[in-house]
Amino acid sequence: MWQAVYEELKGFGFTVITVALDKSPEDARPWIDAGKPAHPSLIDTRHVLADLYNIVNVPTILWLDERGRIVRPNDVAFGTDTFKHITGLEAAKHLTALRAWVRGEAPAMPEARARQLQSLPTERDQQARAEFGLGEWLYEQGRPAAAERHFVRAGELAPHDFTIRRGTMPMRGLDPMGPQFREMLGAWTKAGNPYYRPLSE
Amino acid sequence: MAGPTFTLIDDGRAVDLPYAEGVERATRAEAAGRPVALDLEEGAAYLGVPASERARQLSSLEAPDFALPDLQGALHALSAHRGKKVLLVAYASW
Repeated sequence: MWQAVYEELKGFGFTVITVALDKSPEDARPWIDAGKPAHPSLIDTRHVLADLYNIVNVPTILWLDERGRIVRPNDVAFGTDTFKHITGLEAAKHLTALRAWVRGEAPAMPEARARQLQSLPTERDQQARAEFGLGEWLYEQGRPAAAERHFVRAGELAPHDFTIRRGTMPMRGLDPMGPQFREMLGAWTKAGNPYYRPLSE
Repeated sequence: MAGPTFTLIDDGRAVDLPYAEGVERATRAEAAGRPVALDLEEGAAYLGVPASERARQLSSLEAPDFALPDLQGALHALSAHRGKKVLLVAYASW
């Protein structure tokens, strides 16, 4: 997905790090095998990254500069236009901005703007992540009925967090591309909520 | 004879404790402001990180460090890429 971007820009002191928010490495393996990434391609079964960066859906991208500072907070972008017909989001706009920043032709946004655009977690969001964590542990212990209670609670606490609501579906015997997901998405968007929240610039 | 145990999951690590001690530690963590998911029936609790701590870190704009495995199990730390610009991408198969 991002391998071509990495190849194009790696000579400018740049890397891509992809992180799969999947319940097991096996779920991510087909994607990684198909993409053949030469950049770090990591697996985050416990949503460590989602918790640290308040990530609530995929894909989420961030830009980090040479000093390890966030210069573009959580945004939505795709490496290719494979899913454009579904998402309505074009890869090109972000790629153009990314190229300019990496090549040093244009600065990233000012710090004040980056802070303004950041979405910070609430106590409910963090409680939802704790419920998710307990649910996942119970699932791994072979106690799916108990896990289900905590997954449901997590989704109620943070209905906008699709790393929880959709990401737990494979652990709950639900198809994350199937009718239950479409029903969830329909109810969410019908209530006036966007599924993807790209930065408004 | 050992009584029932209580599993406390803190910072991603699960520790088995005597039941009463586990419940007490979970209760104390909650009183100290941490998000706690508790299941008395299952004898387990997950201690999370407070929103205030996450918000403070993120608003500093210092990218929080992490170390996660690749498919081969080798750990990669974000901090190992200091000195490079990084495009960090979260995705999933779902």
